[in-house]
Amino acid sequence: MFSTRLLFRTIRPVSVRLGSTLAFLETAGGQITPASLSTVTAATQIGDPITVLLVGAGSMEAAKQAYKLPSVQKIIVSESEKYNHYLPEEVSPLVVKLLKENSGFKHFLVPASTAGKNFLPRVGAVLDLQPLSEIIKVVSADTFVRPTYAGNAVLTVKSKDDVILASVRPSAFEPAAEESTATSASVEEVDYVKSGNKTEFISEKLITSERPDLSSAKVVVSGGRGLKSKEEFDQLLYPLADKLNASVGASRAAVDAGFCDNSLQVGQTGKVIAPNLYIAVGISGAIQHLAGMKDSKVIVAINKDEEAPIFNVSDVGLVGDLLDIIPELTKKL
Amino acid sequence: MSSKIRILVPVKRVIDFALKPRINKTHDGVETQGVKFSINPFDNIAVEEAVKIRKHNKGVVESIHAVSIGPSKAKDVLRTALAKGADTSSLVDIGSKELDPLAVSKILKKIQEEQGSNLIIMGRQAIDDDAGQTGQMLAGLLGWSQATNASKVTINEDMTVEVEKAIDGGVEIVKAPLPLIITTDLTLNEPKFVTLPKMMKAKKKPLKVVRPEDLGINLESRLETVSLEEPVPRKAGIKVKSVDELISKMKELKAI
Repeated sequence: MFSTRLLFRTIRPVSVRLGSTLAFLETAGGQITPASLSTVTAATQIGDPITVLLVGAGSMEAAKQAYKLPSVQKIIVSESEKYNHYLPEEVSPLVVKLLKENSGFKHFLVPASTAGKNFLPRVGAVLDLQPLSEIIKVVSADTFVRPTYAGNAVLTVKSKDDVILASVRPSAFEPAAEESTATSASVEEVDYVKSGNKTEFISEKLITSERPDLSSAKVVVSGGRGLKSKEEFDQLLYPLADKLNASVGASRAAVDAGFCDNSLQVGQTGKVIAPNLYIAVGISGAIQHLAGMKDSKVIVAINKDEEAPIFNVSDVGLVGDLLDIIPELTKKL
Repeated sequence: MSSKIRILVPVKRVIDFALKPRINKTHDGVETQGVKFSINPFDNIAVEEAVKIRKHNKGVVESIHAVSIGPSKAKDVLRTALAKGADTSSLVDIGSKELDPLAVSKILKKIQEEQGSNLIIMGRQAIDDDAGQTGQMLAGLLGWSQATNASKVTINEDMTVEVEKAIDGGVEIVKAPLPLIITTDLTLNEPKFVTLPKMMKAKKKPLKVVRPEDLGINLESRLETVSLEEPVPRKAGIKVKSVDELISKMKELKAI
């Protein structure tokens, strides 16, 4: 792979090789997040060499991982603690400076995580550029596909901007795999860029779980209003999820009814996921919810209402009482 | 800075959230003829929050202004906002044109300047284009603090604002002085229904129509729609009768 790229670089005339892509990668505990690895994949599809940007605590640690990612030519790092919580008021001035000073950047990509979606439009406004949200496909360097209307329409859109800003929907791109040989990427440390920020980070409460992260889990067991109570939600779903080493998700109705935390919500307004197996338990299948899971490889629906719209998208459906079915399924797996 | 809060609430008229949109014949938009339109659900929550802030913080909110950018029919969503408790409103009448979030934020900046607003509360995304950008872009243009996906808003004694935000994996709390832009998460509040008497009264509240050409903003789109298509439908699945059948089918599909 390394030698192929080297060859690729030498035969390509320099005159047309002016563009490069800047990709913002998020880290957690010194590791590049899976959503960010998907962003790298989207960046490789644009075809230009990639510069990655890592900021905040642990970014130097994560840079070691970035070395091994395909097409990465340069790694820009700032370990300033000001960037620790990715406050958009702090991150934006740094990105604006990088994009302004280096006219070689033709694209700037971020993962469509809450952090990425929080600061990307702010950068766009300051630079007078119109970002693209949640791209799911790269058609060409200026044309991309993104879902609209809760995934009921697929929009192919061409950007006329000089620098194209886009957030990348993680579920639409495989996470980039680390290569066995490190690339020859250079590392550049950059200083904190003064921001005039007045927003203060106070605290965060993260739902700690032994389970795989919902966004990147291979199997997701998801519950809806059909589960009637928080007790039922906990007692039926978690043992099943444990059996399958699955992450637990929920419909908006389940969140609103207080069965579980908001951060578990799957849908247009929650997380958009595409696991290998999605088991929808007591979920009717409103368009809002389908927008978040209909790209799953295999969808299993268990619902007592045989008319529920979820059966229109499920590969395997079972009509019946959840109180009987789920414990039996858990036992037999 | 005045110690009074002047709230601006941008609202968008969108195809009702319960409807499944149909793609038009020319594949560049969705059918709008005979389709029910409503206030964007997140914007409804934003209006509700503005009214709640006024109610829970006696005397600190000087005014609530609602603004919409859209066709003349968008007056409907402004009436909803007025009926819910906004004092005044304006419609930037752009006809059937659709604007990029960048152009929308440039217009909103003008409205903010005109209104002297120091707190802007708006939906985190419109359910039609699903961009989720305008609040952040407006914050960028104005150089203000921003708190997106708010699930709780508290105005402190010293006029700083504490916002609990929904983030990936949990919640985050930030604090910022005014001026500030807040975008709403679905869990922020539960909007009340608008009663008919309130709707009638709202007809007497101010609704100013603004022509976009008077604002002196270039509204040209940076994005060109190449096509709009239906997503590829999933292949029809099967229904099984028992848990055993379900398990064997899942194995067959290599799902487990």
